[in-house]
Amino acid sequence: MATTETVLGVFAHVDTTVRALEDLRAKGYHDLTVYTPAPVHEIEEALERDRPVSRVRLFTLIGALTGTASGFLLTIWSALKWGLVTGGKPIASIPPYVVIAFELTILFGGVATLLGLVILARLPRLRPSAAYDPRFTNDRFGVAVHCAPERGPSVRQILTTAGAEEVGAR
Amino acid sequence: MSVVTERHRPPTFADVNRDVLRTLATPGNLYFGWMCVVGLILTAGILAWTYQIYIGMGAAGKRTPVMWAMYITSFVFWIGIGHAGTLISAILYLFRARWRTSIFRAAEAMTIFAVMTAGLFPLIHAGRMWFAYFLLPYWNQRDLWPNFRSPLVWDVFAISTYLSISTVFFIVGLIPDVAALRDASTGWRRRIYAMLALGWEGSDAQWRHYRRAYGLLAALATPLVLSVHSVVSWDFAMALVPGWHSTLFAPFFVDGAIFSGFAMVLVLILPMRHFFNLHAYIQEKHLDAMGKLILTTGLVLTYFYICEIFTSWYSGDHFERASLFWKVTKSYAWALWLMYFCNCISPLILFWKRARTSPVVLYVVSVLVLIGMWFERFNIIVPSLAHDFYPYTWGIYVPTPTDTMIVIGSFAWFFILFLGFIRVMPSLSIVEVKETLPQPLKDGAHGHH
Repeated sequence: MATTETVLGVFAHVDTTVRALEDLRAKGYHDLTVYTPAPVHEIEEALERDRPVSRVRLFTLIGALTGTASGFLLTIWSALKWGLVTGGKPIASIPPYVVIAFELTILFGGVATLLGLVILARLPRLRPSAAYDPRFTNDRFGVAVHCAPERGPSVRQILTTAGAEEVGAR
Repeated sequence: MSVVTERHRPPTFADVNRDVLRTLATPGNLYFGWMCVVGLILTAGILAWTYQIYIGMGAAGKRTPVMWAMYITSFVFWIGIGHAGTLISAILYLFRARWRTSIFRAAEAMTIFAVMTAGLFPLIHAGRMWFAYFLLPYWNQRDLWPNFRSPLVWDVFAISTYLSISTVFFIVGLIPDVAALRDASTGWRRRIYAMLALGWEGSDAQWRHYRRAYGLLAALATPLVLSVHSVVSWDFAMALVPGWHSTLFAPFFVDGAIFSGFAMVLVLILPMRHFFNLHAYIQEKHLDAMGKLILTTGLVLTYFYICEIFTSWYSGDHFERASLFWKVTKSYAWALWLMYFCNCISPLILFWKRARTSPVVLYVVSVLVLIGMWFERFNIIVPSLAHDFYPYTWGIYVPTPTDTMIVIGSFAWFFILFLGFIRVMPSLSIVEVKETLPQPLKDGAHGHH
């Protein structure tokens, strides 16, 4: 993997960042990492045209359904364990158990969402990635392009033309 | 120190970081003074609780028939306070109400601390709180499980889910902000923030999953907010006691919870805005929006009070009518009329725009609303139990110094948690405030389409 180079452009503005992304896409560079201090709609739009939707929702769905199932299982199974009739109601009375199943749906769904986020976003990250700069949580935007070393100069050219404040190899 | 009063230009991204970091600077004597006062009150509350454990529940004024008194009142009150945070962070997020961004962090912290306070009361109320684990479904030798048909067990599930999901929501929201604090601090603080930030970098892949996860959490938390106080209301509505047995209770409780929750948000945010000089972020339009929400929920609550009285009368049920008559005219009538004044009359001033943008008026109304909402729960619980079906079981509850001190101590517990929080964590969301600011653009002043 020594054959790739990372070129980082630091931007102060959203429009220049978006311009850089569009130019890079037009020239066929798709292996990018973009750092933003906050989610920016325009940048997401420029990037996500050819990316699938995050799979976090799958974690949520599986967690929530597990919650519903375990809510009903726990209540019905434990009621049948001690078949005590109260108020002339059926031993496995579904309406009150809906409350438990609902709460567990939310609980398991939420915890699974957190888990999905941690797994998919590769958290916790023990040491910062090479292109990361602390200014990216403040007011600067970063575009890191991963490319073959011989294409470095042309990438630098694109980033500089788009309006990068500084361009460098990482 | 820079002056961040109402600026002519909106704050930039760098201003946000700087202004939020400023709130974490070493606090002055005023802060430590407040901490000492609150700490002393909390100590008195803990001593009162110790005394109650030693003496027994008689110390709390528990006499038949009023076995649920100030503790359950305060429990319902604090759970209600806890509703505003998740309402702001989940429901208003889904509705894309942009004014939520500068208040939701403080409101979420408030929610968690309020639920943590509320959670103490069933334990205090149960007396021997070291048996609290009986409430949880756990595997045991005798195969005994909780009675899942009981609203009290629903409550355990609803509140523990609410606490867990609110905390998850809160932590997820904090991750990118803590990363910003990490990058701006040095030394041991940096190490702690770095651990808590989980190595967040704000890369596009991270934001993509983050945004999706946040939206899903909001979608899960929205029905949860509405369900929690409904479940709490069923603790009462499932019983046959006159004044409790009503299908009105779930929406009535949820509305009251949002009403009191917003009042508490204002009680916390107005001083924060003043002392941290956050006028550029918490502007008049935010106060105006909160004032409108308090006014609306207050009017809805007034409607529910009218419904409650009407249904009692229209039911033709002798006990319902007797209970209502007793509430309005006898031993606890002062509490009922105080509640009507605080919850129905005092918010009406917010019809006036100048009142909605005046911090002083908002603060006074909020405090009145909090008093009114505490008494609402008192009026639901105590007079109903004191005067139910049989004259020979009627009785009066009188508060004792012990339970009064424990209730006051619970406020200290809540405030000590909140005061601690605002000094170590960003009480204003760095990321979400940036999202609503005008974007930094090179060409052209405004980038929003």
